[in-house]
Amino acid sequence: MEQVERPVLDVSKLPTVNFGTKSLTWCGIIGMMAIEGMVFVLMIASYFYLHSRSVEWPPHENPPDLFWGTLNLCVFLLSIIPNEWYRRRARVGDKRAVQIGLVVLTLVGIANLVIRYFELRHLNCDWSLDAYGSAVWMLMGLHVTHLLTDLVDTIVLTVLFFTSLVEGKRFMDASENADYWYFVVVSWIPIYLVIYWAPRWLHA
Amino acid sequence: MTSTSLLETRALSEAEQKQAAQLEYIWREPTGFIGWFKAVHHTTIGMRYVVTAFCFFLIAGLLAGAMRIQLAFPESHFLSADKYNQFFTMHGSTMMFLFAVPMMFEALSVYLVPLMVGTRNIAFPRLNAYSYYLYVFGGIMFFVAFFCNTGADNGWFSYVPLAGPDFAPGKRADFWAQLITFTEISGLCVAVEVLVTVFKLRAPGMSLNRIPLFVWGQAIVAFMVIFSLPAIMLSSTMLLLDRTGGTQFFNPAVGGDVLLYQHLFWWFGHPEVYLIFLPGTAVVSTIVATFSRRHAFGYLVLVLSLVSTGFLAFGLWVHHMFATGIPQIAESYFTAASMMIAIPSGAQIFCWIATLATGRVVLKTPMWWVLGFFFVFIMGGMTGIFVASVPVDLQVHDTYFVVAHFHYVLIGGAVFPLFGALTYWFPKVTGRMLSEKLGQISFWLFFIGFNVTFFPMHLVGLRGMPRRVYTYPANMGWTLLNQIESIGYIFLFLSVLLFMGNVYRSLRRGALAGPNPWLAGTLEWATSSPPPKYNFLHLPTVNGREALWDAAPNQPVVAGLDEDCRSVLTTRTLDAEPEGKDEFPGPSIWPFLAAVATSIAFVASVFTPWGITFGTIPIAITMIGWFWPVKQAADRRREREIWSK
Repeated sequence: MEQVERPVLDVSKLPTVNFGTKSLTWCGIIGMMAIEGMVFVLMIASYFYLHSRSVEWPPHENPPDLFWGTLNLCVFLLSIIPNEWYRRRARVGDKRAVQIGLVVLTLVGIANLVIRYFELRHLNCDWSLDAYGSAVWMLMGLHVTHLLTDLVDTIVLTVLFFTSLVEGKRFMDASENADYWYFVVVSWIPIYLVIYWAPRWLHA
Repeated sequence: MTSTSLLETRALSEAEQKQAAQLEYIWREPTGFIGWFKAVHHTTIGMRYVVTAFCFFLIAGLLAGAMRIQLAFPESHFLSADKYNQFFTMHGSTMMFLFAVPMMFEALSVYLVPLMVGTRNIAFPRLNAYSYYLYVFGGIMFFVAFFCNTGADNGWFSYVPLAGPDFAPGKRADFWAQLITFTEISGLCVAVEVLVTVFKLRAPGMSLNRIPLFVWGQAIVAFMVIFSLPAIMLSSTMLLLDRTGGTQFFNPAVGGDVLLYQHLFWWFGHPEVYLIFLPGTAVVSTIVATFSRRHAFGYLVLVLSLVSTGFLAFGLWVHHMFATGIPQIAESYFTAASMMIAIPSGAQIFCWIATLATGRVVLKTPMWWVLGFFFVFIMGGMTGIFVASVPVDLQVHDTYFVVAHFHYVLIGGAVFPLFGALTYWFPKVTGRMLSEKLGQISFWLFFIGFNVTFFPMHLVGLRGMPRRVYTYPANMGWTLLNQIESIGYIFLFLSVLLFMGNVYRSLRRGALAGPNPWLAGTLEWATSSPPPKYNFLHLPTVNGREALWDAAPNQPVVAGLDEDCRSVLTTRTLDAEPEGKDEFPGPSIWPFLAAVATSIAFVASVFTPWGITFGTIPIAITMIGWFWPVKQAADRRREREIWSK
């Protein structure tokens, strides 16, 4: 260190690999989740606002079929187990475990996406026929966007973890990728309830 | 020349000179044409934000000038009805989305917040560059469309059904909707950067109760941005989808509802007003403290006023919709909520008065702008109480009274403090002082011009002149007042011209400022003017609310950061105790390329929804390029890494 003629606060021994609230990127991702969560909240509010202006809900249609959406919910919920496992392993720098976890989560994401395709085929409505259909497709579209973004993210990180570029920062990325997956899973629960159950409950 | 300590400007020792040279090398910005697009330092990007936003201010001001020429004479044909529609829409949209928010929030916070909290760059510097390019590209797209006679023409809030597919054929409303997407993504990115910078990168010792008031203001605005901007992104996306994708959100024939648009718009739109003037009040708190030569009176009250204004902002949106036939109970609630905003605003004003009354006031140009702010903003607040009350609002709705009200609030709340801020921080940014004499003349021209232009609008509004009409018959009794308003515009024009002349003159021949010409207390004044790209030679520690005034005689500095990379110190959110070390990324072309890819997708989506579908592919590629690590840096970090327990 250079000569400084005044008292110094030495920070040279502070950790460089930090997780959770200690990580800048983690804080940034929480900010992004707040923004995206707000979009979900407002879209759900819009859905119920449009419902409040309608006599029949859904209008002249059956509610979306339950099977595929519920199946996807189950896959999302089960994915929490490998997700939490590799998230914890990432925090202690276990490279092998993170590699396995990322591969598993990539496969899970692809499964979600395939099921999502069938979900979209069984919504029983068209976005261009009425406002109900537009709202359902918009909610679905928002969640698909998150699913896709996270899947691409996970694939890139998976590839990265099989290169020689792995270091502490990448374990932070892996742990934060898992955190973001929680957001994708948790946001699906209210959207699932709104898309699949709200028309049934409101109808009764 | 860099200053070395919090307060003094002693000569550098040999070791310090070596350290400064090393920092200079590590934090340098790339040069050359390509280098320009790689820059990531917050002062570079912040400066670009300031200059760009000011250019949009000038353009929107010229559009206003054309409107004033048109309205100066009854039955005038200077502008056609169609052109006039485009002019007032472009004026309003540009002022709100390309000037006010980008200037008051993005530009000021990007430049100042990292300096004021005592760190070396803003959090996520590349995201910051990306946000700037998106903002610029959005603005360029909007004006290219305008020059192709496709300028937005449905008013700055682009209400449906007027802006919907049935009543607005062509692409005008679509360009407006995508302008929103551009500017809001940019604002949201900056909000996240500012929050992480404020809560994780403060100098050791700058606990929450010592954060400078300006930084508090911008942090609260950043929170408001996060919770309000998604609403307009959603509503403008729905509008675009209704127009190009065949959705039916706002089509009442098949279950859609036009008021849904207004609810979403004003969920954003009301907080928007506050995220324009809260930075203004934060500037006022800063300038008042500096020029009263004392700590701001009622720090806690000032911060809590900002916080409560932020919360209340989300509870008043319906007062913009009193004329839409909403239930009476809602009208009463939103009237009460709107009047409540007077409480925190009043508390702030009393704190400033107390600071001024008990301090030793130095009356320099920034202070004059603040005094102008008091007068104009309080006037705007008064008419705000008028229009918060439903019967008055119904009477003056969509008249020039409302135009007068919001110009008093917005110009009073934002533009007066902005000119104060530009004058106040100009020496820091450029190293030179603005001329006091020219500064005061432009203040008085602006103050007089502003009142001459906008005060008669109250009267002409009460006489029934509706806003947004392109002309009026001679016998309405509005002619003289309109002519007075147009003369006022000339004063405003001259004032801004003089201000720019002052800037031009000072850049060449202004007196050298030195690190702290106003003897202010916040950290940005601890470093040289203009600040070096590493901001501070020694990262400071903080001992009080005004870091420089309260510094101990031998205030410690931070040591032990890596000197061969862009190392930064992270601190705990509450008490700002050192917590860890992180490394900022260096210059990169990827944010620019990602912004280009994003812009292509957005502009294409004006014409077809497939624009987004296919446009995401280049966006993904550029984002991956952005994220992909460099081997050398990865190896270096791996060798030194210390894992937290």
